[in-house]
This record gives sequence, C-alpha cells and structure tokens, in this order.
Amino acid sequence: MNAIVISAIWGVIMMFCGAFSKNNAAIRATAVLGIVLVFVVNLMELYGTKLFTINTTGMLAFDNFGLLFNAIAIGCTIAYFLLNGRDMEKVGLHYAEYYALIFFVLAGIFISSSFSSLLMLFLGIEIISIPLYILTGADKRNLKSNEASLKYFLMGSFSTGIMLMGICLIYGARGTFNIEQIALGTTTLTPMIGAGLLLLMFSLAFKVSAAPFHFWTPDVYDGAPTVFTSFMATIVKAGLFVAFIRLFEGAFDAMQPQWQTLMAIITAATLIIGNLTAVFQQSVKRMLAYSSIAQAGFMLFALVAMNGTGKEGLLYYTLAYSVPTIGIFAILVRMKDYTFEGFNGLAKHHPVLAAVTTIFLLSLAGIPATAGFMGKFYMLSAAIQNGHVMWLVIVGILCAAISVYYYFRVIQAMYFKDGDPQELETSGFHKGLLILMAAFVVLIGIFPQWLIQMLYNFF
Amino acid sequence: MKIEYYIVLSLALFCIGIAGVLTRRNAIVIFMCIELMLNAVNLLLVAFSKMHHLAGAAANPMAGIDGQLFVFFIMVVAAAEVSVGLAIIVMMYRNVHSVDVNFLNRLKH
Repeated sequence: MNAIVISAIWGVIMMFCGAFSKNNAAIRATAVLGIVLVFVVNLMELYGTKLFTINTTGMLAFDNFGLLFNAIAIGCTIAYFLLNGRDMEKVGLHYAEYYALIFFVLAGIFISSSFSSLLMLFLGIEIISIPLYILTGADKRNLKSNEASLKYFLMGSFSTGIMLMGICLIYGARGTFNIEQIALGTTTLTPMIGAGLLLLMFSLAFKVSAAPFHFWTPDVYDGAPTVFTSFMATIVKAGLFVAFIRLFEGAFDAMQPQWQTLMAIITAATLIIGNLTAVFQQSVKRMLAYSSIAQAGFMLFALVAMNGTGKEGLLYYTLAYSVPTIGIFAILVRMKDYTFEGFNGLAKHHPVLAAVTTIFLLSLAGIPATAGFMGKFYMLSAAIQNGHVMWLVIVGILCAAISVYYYFRVIQAMYFKDGDPQELETSGFHKGLLILMAAFVVLIGIFPQWLIQMLYNFF
Repeated sequence: MKIEYYIVLSLALFCIGIAGVLTRRNAIVIFMCIELMLNAVNLLLVAFSKMHHLAGAAANPMAGIDGQLFVFFIMVVAAAEVSVGLAIIVMMYRNVHSVDVNFLNRLKH
C-alpha cells in the first residue's frame, strides 16, 4: 500500500521538480532519493511495519508474493536509474517528466501485483500503459520513435478494449468483480465465462507480448528510445506477468485443466517464434526485443504449471532476466552502431565492458553458474512437477539451445573480430555498477539458495 | 427487455469496432473504432448491472451497483487515453503530414 501511494506522490514531486529546477543533477538526485524511499517503505511493509494503513478490502490485497515482487521491481529500477540517469538527458528536454512517468508506471505495477478486483486489474494495467505510450514517443523529432509510439498506442488500447469485454462477460456471468468470489463455485466453463476467460487471456498475452500477439513488440522496442526500451522490456514486462498469474491463479485456478493446453500452445509458439526470429536479426537492439519475447516464453511456464515452484520461479526469473538485460541495454545505449558489427573488437578497446556484457549474455542464454540457468531450471521443473505438459519442457530446452546461437554472436563479435574503436564514454561509476551487477548475476547463479531461502521465509 | 438483446447489440457494436481497427487505415478512424469497442463494453456493463440488481435487490439493495461504477472508471481512463492518443497522432502529423497508418513501415527493416 505504502509503496503505491509514495511512488504516485513522488511522480507529482518530480513534475514540480521539472517546473522549478533546470538543474539535471538535482533532478536525478531527487529521483534516486524517491526510488530508494519507495524501496525502503516496501521492505518495511514486507517485514510488517506500515507507515499508514488504508482500508482496501475487496480492491487490493497485499500478500508476500506481490510485495516481494515489488521489492525486486524497485531494486531493478534503482539499478536502472543509476545506470541510465545520464542517458535519459539525451532523449529530450523534459528530463524530470521522464522520471515522473516512470514513477507512475511503478505505481501501476504495484497495483497490478496486488489487485483483488478486476477493476483494479484494469486500472493498474492502464496506469502502466498510458505513461509508456508517452515514453515510447519521447524522442519527438525522431520518426521511428513517433511511429513506435503510435503503433504501441493503437495496439495497446485495442487490447485494453478486448480485456474490458472479457471482464464484462465474466461480470455478467458471476455478478462480481472480486476474483475470490469469481473463483468461488466456478468450476466448469459456461459459454460466457469461457468467452470472458479467452478474451482476458488474449489481451494479457498481448500485453506481455506472447505469440501470436507479439507482432507489435519488435517494432515498438526498436523504435522507442533505447533507455526506455530497457525499462519496458524488463520491469514492466515482469509486472504484467505478475498481474497475469495473479488473475489466473486467483480466479480461474479450478478450471486450469480446461485452459492449460491453450496456454501451453501459446507458450510453445512464443518460444519458437521468439527464438527463431531472433536468429535472423541484424541489429542487436532488435535481437534483444526478440530475445525478450523468447524469455517471456519461459516466464509463461509459470502460468502453464500454476504451482508454488512456478510462482517462486517467476520471481527468480524476473531478477535473472531483468538485471542482465538492463546491463546490456546500459552498454548498448552508449554505442553509436547498434548492429552486430558495432560490437566488433569491443574486447580490445573496452575489456571491462566486454567482460560484463559476456556475463550478461551467458546468463540470458542460460549457461550454468549464472542466474539465467537457475531461472530456466526453476521454470522447467515447475512444468515437470505439473506433469501434464512434458512436450512443452522439450520445446523449452530446444529453444534454449537455439538462443545460445544469437547471444554468442555478440560474444564472438566482441572477442574474435577486429573492428574500429568506437566512441563509448563510460565513467568509473558506470563500470563499477555494471561489474557489481555482473557479480550479482553470477552470485545468485551459484548460490540460488540465498534468494530462494529469502522467498521461503516469506511464502 | 431481455438481457439477450443487450448482449447481441453490444457484441455487434464491439465486432464493428474490431473490424474497423483491423481494416481502416486512418489513425483517427482506428481510434474512433477503439472508442466504439469501449462504449460497447460500457453499454453491456450497465445492462448486466441492471440485471444483477433486479435479481439480487431483495437480499441486498446495493446488488449490481459495481457494474455501473466500473463504467465511470472506463470513461475516465478512455478520456486519459484520448488525450495521450491525440497528442501522439498530432506529433506524427507534424512530422509526416499524414495520419495514414500505411506510412508506419519504417520499422520493418
């Protein structure tokens, strides 16, 4: 609760900051202060101390899963702010407003990780989406950014319309928006609930860019300013996944046998299309967009399996996917050339950056001793525990093998090809933070018990 | 009136909206079709709300009220979306002097 209120208020403070101060360093400091405050407040709530309590019965329910996810999302945002703070200045003139919008998006993520009414699901997802349309089009003079923004807006509001129809049909059948009451006594799919469930599933698959509703993703992620792509592809996507799993676990758990096959097909399609298309990309940014689709396929395992391991794995996977991706984007955003050739010879000119990029890419590919491996392990074991979808596990493993090809193309370009030295300005702080993140990725990959233990303490 | 009439009317409006989004090429018209989808949902929500109210009013005088509440939220969010969406379309128009979505192919390669 406290995190939602404070991040929304801090968004407003950031807007005032932009009106009264033109000093970018001060704005950046305010934003970092705000996000750290939100983090502390969220941790306090996780341990049972609340600054203030508001009665949200029937609308929002704050359980440990949601709060723990919030903590991970805020932690990633802190790293994102520290790494990309200076690059956001280059996007446009409205520096403070970008931070304000990100705080609003975070408030939306917190709402959608703790809703217990379909009304709050709708509001949470809209609070996430509307600022993102603006952030996508933040680079106003750039035609690609305009186009991405328009496309994202049209596709996003289209899927919102579909989601609303789904909510409406379920309301018609059950007479309530509360997910617990919907779950109560709903064990078979009547035509109306079935149609509502399908529409909700499609629209949320749209939002998390699962195939066959993924077609907007590469265009939008490619066209948006790179700093914001980094935010959209990691923290926001994970937040939408938590909303997805919360809805289907809360309201439609009893009907799982009836929709599991469809969800498994969506998952398999996402994995196959994401991985196969990523192989043919020329631009690293676009490759990362497809890789985010492919990784979304792995996160969908949690929905197919729908058990404790899956939920736990989703939290772990969020961290194991977000940290490396934010790191790679933080390096990519400072490069002039986004193609694979741009990475040629990076190891010779910037050995530290090349080394951390390698660790991040290894983690994304799921090589053992990195976080990505344990994340994939959890997802696959969740599906095996479920027992009904063994074929999906095989598809998942094959696709993980395909993904090694395009991630290693970047490593190969960095270490085994010669290229001209690129202009790539880094500071000691930037490098130090990246090394810290790489160390974290390896650490939780080797000692996953540490994080899992923390999860068990709360579950 | 029977609830089926409302369902058929709303679904018809909703499908017109979907068909419009998928076939039209003008960004403003697509946007209007999205609004049509949202309003079809509003209409159906109000009808369902009335239906649940009639069914449960004896036990609970507030039965079915939340459906009408939801409609207000949809209206508010739709208004927020309009303001952002029209701003994006204007931004696009300033740069390419067109609101035709067929122009949106720069990102394909």
